[in-house]
Amino acid sequence: MAEQPAIDPMHQFMIHKIVQGPVFQLGGLTVDMSITNSVASMLAAAVMLVVFFALTARGEVVPNRAQALVEALYNIVDRVLVTPIIGHGGRAYIPYLFTLFMVILTLNLMGVVLAVGNVAGLSLTFTVTSQLAITATLAVLTFFSVFILGFIKHGPKFLTLFASSGMPPALLIFMVPIEMISYFVRPLTLAMRLFGNMLGGHVVMSLFGSFVVALGILALSGGVATLAFVPSALSFTLIVGLTGLELVVAILQAFVFAALATVYLNEVVNFGHGH
Amino acid sequence: MNAAVADFHTYKLIGAGLAAMGMIGAGIGLGVLFGNYLQAAIRNPAGAASQQTMLFLGMALTETMGLFAFVVSLLILFGV
Repeated sequence: MAEQPAIDPMHQFMIHKIVQGPVFQLGGLTVDMSITNSVASMLAAAVMLVVFFALTARGEVVPNRAQALVEALYNIVDRVLVTPIIGHGGRAYIPYLFTLFMVILTLNLMGVVLAVGNVAGLSLTFTVTSQLAITATLAVLTFFSVFILGFIKHGPKFLTLFASSGMPPALLIFMVPIEMISYFVRPLTLAMRLFGNMLGGHVVMSLFGSFVVALGILALSGGVATLAFVPSALSFTLIVGLTGLELVVAILQAFVFAALATVYLNEVVNFGHGH
Repeated sequence: MNAAVADFHTYKLIGAGLAAMGMIGAGIGLGVLFGNYLQAAIRNPAGAASQQTMLFLGMALTETMGLFAFVVSLLILFGV
């Protein structure tokens, strides 16, 4: 029997250096400026986004195909999220939300669409959003921007967010800590959701990919083991389906991240009325 | 590998498996969520499209609970 390749679904998330950069000390922290596969993927995404916007953001009355595409994406943020959830007061925040949506969408899709390049073991692509450090950065940035914006717009009165109106004062002792916990756990859930979805999906895809190879090799050893071709073929069919599912998840998670950011912004912009 | 280390490793795997069971709840929750949405959408197809954003928001919040279990399971496997 041929030697089995090791089944190691976590290997695809390993960060390795491509170009060694300068390493220096900054206030007791070691800063390594090397280009890793994660950094390279993000740079590629940044270049793609800039080129995409440079080519499509024309603002002509009759859009060509490229402009129609970017307008459709913009409408997801504007007409599906911001206008129904926040209303007219939210228009000022569309640039941030749209940037967030596009960055996450690009990084997610790069992990799925370009993963074809990984088949030959070239490890060309890397799912940046499957790194907790990246998703946590995006989540903390979003959460604290919104939180600080609340204080800028409403001052200390913004703290009454934690005390729902019309509640008996005796209950406030219990409700305020609970509300505060559920508020400050938001960056954690925001980061975990994106990270967990991308990591989970890619682990499952990688596992079924390993099954195809491992069971195929087992089947080649002949005899009764030839039957292993059946689960091998089934795993292959599943991978095709899972790739489609991952495409949906990649788009949906970018949408969900932007949607939750919009809902959090709504509490700030429409603070005091409603609820 | 001595017996104590082997035991620790075994219990770690069992613990990770138990932690992953938290995802059962998220699965049930998603089923309830999409089932109820579909039911409402069939009863009132005109109002279905306007609630799609809320559906995905609910999905995201429900899913988070399962993902917590998933992350705890991963922490047990690779973190501890």
